[in-house]
Amino acid sequence: MSSVNKPRSEGGHAFHFDGPEHEFETTKFGIWLFLCTEVLMFGGLFVAYFLFAHKFPETFIEGATYLDWKFGAVNTAVLLVSSFTMVLSIYYAQNNKTKQCVNMLFITLACGFIFMFIKYLEYTHKIDLGLLPGDMFSFTGEMGSTNLGLYFSTYYMMTGLHGSHVLVGMGLIVWCIVRARRGEYNSKYFTTLECVGLFWHLVDLIWIYLFPLLYLVD
Amino acid sequence: MSSAADKSKNYLNHEKGLWSWLTTLDHKRIGIMYMITVMLFFLIGGIFALLIRFELFSTGGQIVDADGYNRMMTFHGAIMVFMVIIPGIPAFLGNFFLPLHLGAKDVAFPKVNLMSWYCLIIGAAISFFSLFAEKVATGWTFYTPYSISETSNGAILLVLGAFVMGFSSILTGLNFVATTHRLRAPGMGFFQMPLFVWGLYSTAILQIIATPVLAITLLLLAAEKTMGIGFFDPKLGGDPVLFQHFFWFYSHPAVYIMILPAMGIISELITAFSRKVIFGYKAIAFSSVGIAAVSFFVWGHHMFVSGQSQVAGVIFSFLTMLVGVPTAIKTFNWVATMYKGSIQFQSPMLYAMGFLFLFTIGGVTGVMLAVMAVDVHFHDTYFVVAHFHYVMVGGTLMAIMGGIYYWFPKMFGKMYNEFMAQLSFLFIFVGFNVTFFPQFILGAQGMPRRYFDYLPAFEPLNRVSTVGSWLIAIGFLIGLYVIINGLLKGKKAPDNPWGAKTLEWQTSSPPPHTNFHEQPVVTGGPYEFR
Amino acid sequence: MSGHHIIPFSVYRNVLIALLILTVLTVAVAKPVSGFDAGVFNFLIAMGIASVKAGLVLAYFMQLKYDNKLYLAVIVSTVLFLGLLFSVAMIDWATRVPEISTL
Repeated sequence: MSSVNKPRSEGGHAFHFDGPEHEFETTKFGIWLFLCTEVLMFGGLFVAYFLFAHKFPETFIEGATYLDWKFGAVNTAVLLVSSFTMVLSIYYAQNNKTKQCVNMLFITLACGFIFMFIKYLEYTHKIDLGLLPGDMFSFTGEMGSTNLGLYFSTYYMMTGLHGSHVLVGMGLIVWCIVRARRGEYNSKYFTTLECVGLFWHLVDLIWIYLFPLLYLVD
Repeated sequence: MSSAADKSKNYLNHEKGLWSWLTTLDHKRIGIMYMITVMLFFLIGGIFALLIRFELFSTGGQIVDADGYNRMMTFHGAIMVFMVIIPGIPAFLGNFFLPLHLGAKDVAFPKVNLMSWYCLIIGAAISFFSLFAEKVATGWTFYTPYSISETSNGAILLVLGAFVMGFSSILTGLNFVATTHRLRAPGMGFFQMPLFVWGLYSTAILQIIATPVLAITLLLLAAEKTMGIGFFDPKLGGDPVLFQHFFWFYSHPAVYIMILPAMGIISELITAFSRKVIFGYKAIAFSSVGIAAVSFFVWGHHMFVSGQSQVAGVIFSFLTMLVGVPTAIKTFNWVATMYKGSIQFQSPMLYAMGFLFLFTIGGVTGVMLAVMAVDVHFHDTYFVVAHFHYVMVGGTLMAIMGGIYYWFPKMFGKMYNEFMAQLSFLFIFVGFNVTFFPQFILGAQGMPRRYFDYLPAFEPLNRVSTVGSWLIAIGFLIGLYVIINGLLKGKKAPDNPWGAKTLEWQTSSPPPHTNFHEQPVVTGGPYEFR
Repeated sequence: MSGHHIIPFSVYRNVLIALLILTVLTVAVAKPVSGFDAGVFNFLIAMGIASVKAGLVLAYFMQLKYDNKLYLAVIVSTVLFLGLLFSVAMIDWATRVPEISTL
């Protein structure tokens, strides 16, 4: 029972596990199961997207022309880089380099901010034009399709849910930074860092699909 | 090793005070908190059931008008589904006994476990607020366009409540899968696990896979109502049937979230009280997983008359009948276990046998409803109401009651009054059949469900049904008395009053804070009676 | 000790480079951007590239390649269930016969 009172960063573990490795593996399994629920939650939206895009191809092609692919492409790159810096922070924690670990987390956080800022620019631009979801759609320019609102509903629901996940991920990264600065992560213990990393990669994964589906429809 | 002082310490007196309960990470205490909340919700849902039956005692309005009736029906459905039957077995009995069955000290993520209880409480609070303060009359299914065109905003709140309670369910499922995979006692492989664990494991997989789809559906519904996003609105090219696809992709597996752990309990009860090793262990274990898998392929049988295409309907009709196969495997194995066993007719066993009787009726009428041509006739009639009450009440609730009596000595270290428990069973069993069997006939005659009023021709059978509901109420009140009386005045229970073989009976009653005095090591199967 | 496997820095760097190249490729073959047109294959190409990228992230950043295969099973079964939801809903949509009420 002595291990109960030992901090985890020194190889301790909760009382119902056999050892730190057992705890690490179990926690990771739990996170993977959680990611599975996230995928299924987004999955509902993807299913709706495919069904609607199949039923109204013209609407979706036209809708995509109101989106600027350059913004999307930049955001893709930003998220990919952030995923890279996220794995590096774990890499440095594994090698007991606390300072580099914290720096990498800061870069990841900064990427999150850039992503959200670009999203903000895109959203405000569209809201000004009246390119709003469903019933609120009030765009007055020339349009080929009558139900463009449906495209923008999918756009806002998908990017909105994704954006909220980016925000949650950023919050978690801040929490990791606080803990990393206290020197809690090292080669013996980096469980929470690993788990937040997995979540962050999932957010990246979803964007990898969202980008071609929303910006590059043809 | 364990002295007398050691033995007197248990999870109930490990710490003291309300605060120690509200912040506990002990799965046993969280299980007890679930027990209290679920019983409270069951009481509220039950009162609405009684009011509904009272309203239907005669033609015309008795106590409420048509709108009031719709609200009561929504109350009853939403409370019973989201707050009673779904958390009922996994979160209450499962929480308490999964680690004990596995020989573990706790579930994998104790903090997440506590969080899921708070999710249930918060979600329930939001739902109750929406039900009482706002007028919601959509039924528990929130079908569009009804839920969207309704003038009050109550539906959004109720949907939000269900969303939060869904998280509770997801977190419980996640915890159970991780616990089952990682925290088994030394020597316990997957095929040394008790069948209740197999039931919980299959349930947990369903909770993880199905519930997120409900979450997104409810989010979309809220967005539809607030912003008119048009996913379910034909005006913009959306499709109300899509809502039903999404909704039943969760809610049909949810039916199995309700019944699979119940089947697990029944497996435990039948083998323990027949004093015989379970017949066809692997068949029962695999049929649990089989039911869980098949349950994802059958959701469309709720939509035979909803405008779904004929092709999809035929596919779903066929697949639905497949569910009957693993279910029948279980039933036959239970009966085979009882054959030539030394059956003891104590109250848990009575409930198990009640389950076999009622669930078989519920299951067979389910196969009838799976036939498309029959369903078109029976859809939205009292036949369907009777069918799912036979499954949900006759199945799940019977199993919960049986499970509570079976594990009561272990949970509280006290025995209950056996005679009163049997009396309670008699009232519930008879009352249940008196209430719901007439509804099969009413449904076959064409009485539609969810209606506030009915034709005079249906009156006699409705009266029988209402009288039956009073018998059930008496039965449950006696049951409540048995539990409270047992808690206050019960005799001290031995560690293993039933002579059962699973691990939880090897520790003291009630179990100590860390479950076992010494880490158990498993050397054989879970039911080695002979 | 599969979870504590330390992957060399160069692997991460190469994966990032591959991911960025694939992103450029996605844009380059997109019809609205470059005018490149492979007919019905456009959509499949876009999804194919996205899936390769997703595979790289899963295999290296999320370490599925080195980790317990149980996690792989979790994610694969998730995608399969999603496919089920989609395909059955699609069967319904594709075979539905519109009926106009005579009332």
